[in-house]
Amino acid sequence: MIDLLKTYGLYFLVGQFPQGPLGGLALTILLGLAALLLALPLGILLALARLSRRRLLRWPVTAVIYVVRGTPLLMVIFWAYFFLPVLTGQKTGQVTTMLAALVLFNGAYLAEVVRAGIQGIPRGQTEAARSLGLGYALTLRRIVLPQALRNMLPSLVNQFVTTLKETSLGYIIGLQEVAFIASQVNSQVLVHPVAVYGTLALTFFALCFGLSRVAYALEKRLARRPLELPVLLS
Amino acid sequence: MAQFDFSIVTTGEFRGWLVSGFLLSLRLTCITWILSLPIATAIALCRLSSVAMLRGAGAVFVEGIRNIPLLVHLLFWYFAMPELLPETARTWLYDHGAESICAVIALTFYTSSYMAEDIRSGIRAVPATQLEAARALGFGYLASMRRVVLPQAVRIVVPPLISQTLNLWKNTSITTVIGTAELMYQAQRVETASFRGVETFGVTTLAYLSVSLVITALALWFHHRFPVRAT
Repeated sequence: MIDLLKTYGLYFLVGQFPQGPLGGLALTILLGLAALLLALPLGILLALARLSRRRLLRWPVTAVIYVVRGTPLLMVIFWAYFFLPVLTGQKTGQVTTMLAALVLFNGAYLAEVVRAGIQGIPRGQTEAARSLGLGYALTLRRIVLPQALRNMLPSLVNQFVTTLKETSLGYIIGLQEVAFIASQVNSQVLVHPVAVYGTLALTFFALCFGLSRVAYALEKRLARRPLELPVLLS
Repeated sequence: MAQFDFSIVTTGEFRGWLVSGFLLSLRLTCITWILSLPIATAIALCRLSSVAMLRGAGAVFVEGIRNIPLLVHLLFWYFAMPELLPETARTWLYDHGAESICAVIALTFYTSSYMAEDIRSGIRAVPATQLEAARALGFGYLASMRRVVLPQAVRIVVPPLISQTLNLWKNTSITTVIGTAELMYQAQRVETASFRGVETFGVTTLAYLSVSLVITALALWFHHRFPVRAT
């Protein structure tokens, strides 16, 4: 076990980096983070469209969200894998493919989180802002979204955990993330599958369990503070 | 772009592959669901128990499984677990479709850890005073559970369980990594053999979507028919 870690530990953590592209656990974390950060704006836009009064905007977006949520992520990854090159006219790397799939998929999920967050803000907040002369965009930017995003923070951390777990599906298209690296190691060592896959499982557990504790702590903290005060001050 | 011809994948041999994959996906979903529900209920009851050791064991089960991706579960059960088995058991496993058996094991553990949390929070959502009030009115323990507590808990528990079923249906696609011949596996196979990516993935996506929409519709119907009443 110790020998295994000595020989393959670094490979497991960063892949072939710095001789080759970044991989392993580092890639898993970076990709998960990038996917979440890029999916958030998309999620906000989709949520606003879903809450819009214009049917022409609301209905198609609602349909798209239902379709994406009813499709396995793996299916989205395959669509991206085969059709991003067709659409863009150039070869797409695995990282880009995976990122595109994750952003689209998480965008649809985050849309519902953001929608719930916005709907959780009392209507009086919007009405007060509008009656003070703020326009739609300004009301959203200064009044509604800051409160909604703050309340959503625990859900966002949980979504990050989900995204990290989802990056493991890159395995199927040969993305060098940590699960792929582990199976590379396993096929080189051959005799210790329990140790190799056990390490992989423990790594994910430590990362995701730690993060979900953070989400839990955030939730507790937010529950203690009153909703309105800090927002009025900011 | 080339002309699309869906008839290539909706007739003949390729259609057979896709249909067999679809049926296996459905079968995996059903078997896993039936196995998961009692396990999840047992785990939920453990986590609500007054015995600290049972609570701890339940928490370890749920957190230990939920924080590891399904793909890693599958890799572990398929590549590592057989090494721990005695020779005869391993031979038996490989003779009886190891891919499907390991897929069901991994899916069952994964799904039941999620369902356990839904069941636990559903039971907890029924105020203890409901049971106390029923008992005070002269109902026995079983009768108050059956007539007062459970009808309320079921209304709360069923919607999240339906959405876990939807997740389960989508998760069966991941079992393709260990070579379980379900829909996603067959789709890849058809795509490789026919070079008809758009048609193959179009039909496959529709197949996944149709079942997902049925499950979603079921959830909406239940929500409409049995709304959660304020207590």
